[in-house]
Amino acid sequence: MYDVAIIGAGVIGGMTARTLSKYNLKICILEKENDVAMGATKANSAIVHAGFDAKVGSLKARLNVQGSKKMPAVCKELGVKYKNNGSLVIGFDDEDRNTLNELLNRGIKNGVEGLRIVEKQELKQMEPNLSDDVLCALYAPTGAIICPYDLTIAAIGNAMDNGAELKRNFAVESIDDTLNGYIIKSQNDSVEARFAVNCAGIYSDKIAALAGDNGFDVHARRGEYILLDKECGGMVTHTIFRTPTKMGKGILVSPTVDGNLLLGPTSVDITDKENKATTQDGIDEIIKKAKENLVTLPLAKTITSFCGLRAVGSTGDFIINSPKKHFINAAGIESPGLSASPAIAKYIVELLSEQGLTLVKKQNYNPIRMSSHTFFEASTEEKNKMIKENPSYGRIVCRCEGITEGEIIDAIHRNPGARDLDGIKRRTRAQMGRCQGGFCGPYITEILSRELEIPFDKVTKFGGQSLINVAKTKGGAPQ
Amino acid sequence: MIERKLTCIVCPLGCELTVTLEENRVLEVRGNTCKRGEAYAQNECTNPKRTVTSTVLCEDGCTVSVKTDEPIPKEKIFECLEVINSTTARLPIKIGDVIIKNVCGSNIVATQNRSK
Amino acid sequence: MRDLVIIGGGPAGMSAAIAARESGIQDILILERDGQLGGILQQCIHNGFGLHMFGEELTGPEYAWKYEKKVNELGIEYKLNTMVLDITEDKIITATNSSDGVFQIKAKAIILAMGCRERSKGALNIAGTRPAGIYSAGTAQKYVNTMGYLPGKNVVILGSGDIGLIMARRMTLEGAKVHAVCELMSYSGGLARNIEQCLNDFNIPLRLEHTVVEIHGKDRLEGVTVARVDQNRKPIPETREYIPCDTLLLSVGLIPENELSKKADIKLSGVTNGAVVDQDRHTSCEGIFACGNVLHVHDLVDFVSKEAEIAGKSAAEYIKSGKKQSFVIPIKADGKIRYSVPQIITEAKDVTVYFRVSDVYKNAKIVITDGNKTVLSKNKAKLAPGEMEKITLKAEQIKSVKELHFCLEV
Repeated sequence: MYDVAIIGAGVIGGMTARTLSKYNLKICILEKENDVAMGATKANSAIVHAGFDAKVGSLKARLNVQGSKKMPAVCKELGVKYKNNGSLVIGFDDEDRNTLNELLNRGIKNGVEGLRIVEKQELKQMEPNLSDDVLCALYAPTGAIICPYDLTIAAIGNAMDNGAELKRNFAVESIDDTLNGYIIKSQNDSVEARFAVNCAGIYSDKIAALAGDNGFDVHARRGEYILLDKECGGMVTHTIFRTPTKMGKGILVSPTVDGNLLLGPTSVDITDKENKATTQDGIDEIIKKAKENLVTLPLAKTITSFCGLRAVGSTGDFIINSPKKHFINAAGIESPGLSASPAIAKYIVELLSEQGLTLVKKQNYNPIRMSSHTFFEASTEEKNKMIKENPSYGRIVCRCEGITEGEIIDAIHRNPGARDLDGIKRRTRAQMGRCQGGFCGPYITEILSRELEIPFDKVTKFGGQSLINVAKTKGGAPQ
Repeated sequence: MIERKLTCIVCPLGCELTVTLEENRVLEVRGNTCKRGEAYAQNECTNPKRTVTSTVLCEDGCTVSVKTDEPIPKEKIFECLEVINSTTARLPIKIGDVIIKNVCGSNIVATQNRSK
Repeated sequence: MRDLVIIGGGPAGMSAAIAARESGIQDILILERDGQLGGILQQCIHNGFGLHMFGEELTGPEYAWKYEKKVNELGIEYKLNTMVLDITEDKIITATNSSDGVFQIKAKAIILAMGCRERSKGALNIAGTRPAGIYSAGTAQKYVNTMGYLPGKNVVILGSGDIGLIMARRMTLEGAKVHAVCELMSYSGGLARNIEQCLNDFNIPLRLEHTVVEIHGKDRLEGVTVARVDQNRKPIPETREYIPCDTLLLSVGLIPENELSKKADIKLSGVTNGAVVDQDRHTSCEGIFACGNVLHVHDLVDFVSKEAEIAGKSAAEYIKSGKKQSFVIPIKADGKIRYSVPQIITEAKDVTVYFRVSDVYKNAKIVITDGNKTVLSKNKAKLAPGEMEKITLKAEQIKSVKELHFCLEV
């Protein structure tokens, strides 16, 4: 019997689990995939928004501003890269300027600090690679960038270090009331919990419905992105947004915390919640619009393109409520959900407390998680000490990103351990460089097979049937 | 009399050969830049042969790369592979060691070293 | 302080080391990132190597072994499982391995021999899902030939580079069915012999002017949509065709791996993606030489070995007597000739210039001029981008020229 079952191991589920793990509670996180951070958390713009976008008085506005204020401290505790690079919403004509002024006023009302309009001359000094056609921009010095899955992996890892449990490949099929809570079942497993929190992203309407709440819908909004090589990360220092128009928010251009350049997203509502395919139209649109923002765009340096699905709720705002006893929804968490996540988690815990969950602080709670990049960022002296103690830190496996076998083994054995190739990629950056795993993929497959004690041909890319190899070339022999 | 076009595979030059044939007899070869090209055309039209390379399972579960030490008749490639695929080699192995004798008229030899 | 440090123990690195030793340099160290010498040759188990160097057809591992034996006979020092992290203009090398940790070496001369890597799928921006089952051809080669596993059973190959052709045959021999090899261009980038013995022998269709436009499948690849392309290489929608398959192999080009060269601020060519070098394979950075696929992508390992000999000898001379560049003659290539190596000549001696054309040309004439003066010309029955050409200039032809223009008259 758990005190709280959290459905969904995205950034909201993860941050909630971490916040709850401070207290004397038995917590489990139920995740339908083979790893955490596999939904909207995996593929988004990786931005901590300042908070001028959301409608005044909305939950989005309040939690965004609160969340982004908390974010630096959270990242510090969790060893997650956070870069306060500031953001610019660029305008090209007078109509854009009017919109920027509206955004400025809205931002001030939302409590965003430091907002101001910058004119072309200053703007071009701040960002020399911006298109010569820019007129002015709204500058938000509190805007920041972050790695969303790094944050989620760290939050869940920290929650697990403090006693929370993670159940993977647990796709919730039913949620039934019991005398003192819920019994939640997947096809071949079940858990009982006094409280349930629905953080199921694009499927949060389905999960709510399983518990009897049909009060809202969530649909998927496709967002495609292009990621460029680290050589291009320095093209801009701020996150560059286009002035929103009736046609939408436009394509952003942003450095990532790892130094790549990110272009995107497109914005297309779709009905198929599994459709994460990129489209030629989408890729063409990103390229066309991103080109408008910059003087040059080195597309030959493309590393990958990908598509994420945002969970868009039917109410226009975050849906965070308690439709029934001991059940909390955190649904429709689209942008600025990542920015708001520390505040959303706090809010969920408050709602749970109101519902009667007793919160008694753990004596031995440890808020600190060592960064996944500890070895990578260490000084030569420290590295040599670590290599002496553990020679696997001296073996580079991913040559593009310079990731060692030791770091890969750590990623497998630290909470929440990587179980597949993509899991290694998100934790260590191995396979994320220019060759996209061409060289290191076979070695990482070997390490996963060895460390997880599974046959080489059972190693997957991301769980399920995503097998890397299908057979031995010379069959039937003992391994 | 018929003409047949071939791409020579003897060396990376890949010469375009024209062979004049009469009842499977080669009368003339054109387009070759060396003697070996002429010989290739002769063989290719009468008895085409290929060197086969693959891997053989070793007793420790790893594989070792191998080749036929002579080209074998082209139509026997898969027959040869069947033998290769059903063999387990003893370790250690040195480059040039005969792993399987007389398969389709050739020996299967190791092209890698493998220690025990 | 070491005399010569060679980065990479593949065919280029080993050949350069041997040449330097035979030119009198005793203090040589090869740094190799893999667990054995030989580089990519270890997974190239097919035959066809060594005709130029040894007059016989060898497999990749056999070719590598010939050099490895020589390296051992000559007592040339090497460190395996050692990754170079950084090099500087002052020729300070930072590397790491399990036993030495992170360490630095200063060298009198460095030879870059890091090889190349395959262009990845990301760079192609193919629409669709991102399932398992998509590999660069060389990765599949590693799984099949080194690790003993088959990545899939129904295969489509995009790109007709040599590795793709070789893998079409290799996967077939291991029991997979290769449904098609799609090539964006109107000609294959691979060698004619490989089309013959890897595709035609097994009735594998080569579909020229075709590309993969969409990837399907959720967990594992389920199929690809291919389409014919027009003259601008844009897919023609009406020609879209779905091919069920569980594996897509990419053989869409090789890129010299010059991340280290960039760290030392070595001047690179935008065409070859390798260093700009003179006839000695001396880069813009004094005392740093480059050879093999890190310099430009070669068709044949034999040419890599030959080029590495030049770099090895030149590095030895440099170590013994310092740099002597009396003049600089730039070699300029017109559009039909994509690039040349070397790109500059700095000494009046016989120089063999290697070059690659940008399209298929028949009955063409290579003309080398200096201003209005023709220095050399040569007729060629057939030229193709997949096949590197060479031409040798005599010392006396070079002595008086200001610059050399390589043109192709069609």
